[in-house]
Amino acid sequence: MRSNFVFQEIWVGLRRNLTMTMALIVVVAISLSLLGTGLLFVKQVDRTRTYWQSQVEISVYLCYKGDINPNCHGAITPQQQQQLVTTLTSMSQVENVTYVSQAEAYTLFKSAMSNEQSLVSTVTASELPPSLEIKLRNPSADYQIVSSAVQGRAGIDSVIDEMTILQKFYNLLNGLRNAVIVVALILVVAAVLLVANTIRLSAFNRRRETGIMRLVGASNFYIQLPFLLEGVIAGLFGWVIAAALLIGVKSLLLNNLQQYFSYNVGLSAGDLIEVIVLAMVIGVALCGVTAFVTLRRYLRV
Amino acid sequence: MIEFQNVTKVYPNQNRAALENVDLTVNKGEFVFLVGPSGSGKSSFLRLILREERPNEGRILVAGNDLARLTNWKVPALRRKIGCVFQDFRLLPSKTVEQNVGFALEVIGKPRRFIKRVVPEVLDLVGLEGKHDRMPDQLSGGEQQRVAMARAFVNRPMILLADEPTGNIDPATSIGIMKVLDRINRTGTTVVMATHDAAIVDSMRKRVIELEYGKVVRDQNRGIYGQAY
Repeated sequence: MRSNFVFQEIWVGLRRNLTMTMALIVVVAISLSLLGTGLLFVKQVDRTRTYWQSQVEISVYLCYKGDINPNCHGAITPQQQQQLVTTLTSMSQVENVTYVSQAEAYTLFKSAMSNEQSLVSTVTASELPPSLEIKLRNPSADYQIVSSAVQGRAGIDSVIDEMTILQKFYNLLNGLRNAVIVVALILVVAAVLLVANTIRLSAFNRRRETGIMRLVGASNFYIQLPFLLEGVIAGLFGWVIAAALLIGVKSLLLNNLQQYFSYNVGLSAGDLIEVIVLAMVIGVALCGVTAFVTLRRYLRV
Repeated sequence: MIEFQNVTKVYPNQNRAALENVDLTVNKGEFVFLVGPSGSGKSSFLRLILREERPNEGRILVAGNDLARLTNWKVPALRRKIGCVFQDFRLLPSKTVEQNVGFALEVIGKPRRFIKRVVPEVLDLVGLEGKHDRMPDQLSGGEQQRVAMARAFVNRPMILLADEPTGNIDPATSIGIMKVLDRINRTGTTVVMATHDAAIVDSMRKRVIELEYGKVVRDQNRGIYGQAY
């Protein structure tokens, strides 16, 4: 095996159809980075979902004096409240029930809205509903059962289950992820066709050389290796660009998104590296396999 | 060295056989002329030996290999035992004379030191002293054919196939080409040469196999080209 000969051939091949090679690199780079972005999204959504699902609570807002909700007829009576708490605590799905009074609700409101002093100043403690915060044993499975058990009872203003709110956010993220992956897959198809075409052109450009190689008894491996590596090297170049783009996506897009959440559900460097390595495997496999299949058709013994 | 046993070759979508029931043996060290009009099957004969084509019927033995039993991945090993020269030379225009010949060794994985030693020897053998660094387009047709012969012979093949090697060359220069082929033959290499050149065949007085419409119509030792042409 003469490695410098092979590399010389690769270099000649890449240079001879430079425009084609560049197009190939760009398409591979974009498709891999979109694919990687899709994978990062999948990870981000999973991470967020797992975190929130463990945190999810059901808030039962209780009627209070001056409540304008038509379901309410004055403040909830102590008996009604007692009954509600008993029902909830007796359910096996419920871990615990915490009563939040109007005064406590106001303190929480003030701290949550500390940036919006004008809003805080217009709201008083008597305008905020008292609530029962229900912590569930297994939120993702049980929130439906528990929330429907108390829904519509006397003295209840409304039942807010956080799952429905989250669901909208998930739908948005999932939609975004699916769109990215669909575009990436279309580009992957384009990349495959471009690899095939580039290799074919390259083989055609050097048909004189390969013809002689066949005649003097060079092995198939020796004839095909330069073309195969040509595809793989173009794939690797594309991957390097894609890796840079993915680092950008992570540090600019996802990390900025993170600012809007008070909990840490950001992706680690490890996640990023995992996606980048996966992108490399996909990129190299894509180019290598396509080149191999193309060569089997165009460079026969 | 080369044995055809009742070989028939019909190309797809053609009614007439390119070769029909060809049965002959070429011994080691022989020099054979293959003559006949265009389309008589000379090129098919050579392509079958190289296993670029496979026969529809019959058996072909080349250098001890039964070509029907030869797997695809063993074909390169067969071709290393066979050198080829063509009418159109088939040199690489971007490489020098020395690189063109070295290429044949390079692509079968020979070490660089070996190539450096062997290539000049072969170039001198075919009569290209002092022209090792020329580009093919700086050479005359005869000289280009000598480069092609050097490339075919550099790996010391057992068989040399020549498909009208003098077809593009004037008669005076052709004599030089034939001398080189004769010299290669004297090293023990079996030479099979397809040709239209009556003067050369008549002057060499070697074995002549004449093909017509894919059939062997004459096989004659120390023969001539034939009266009909």
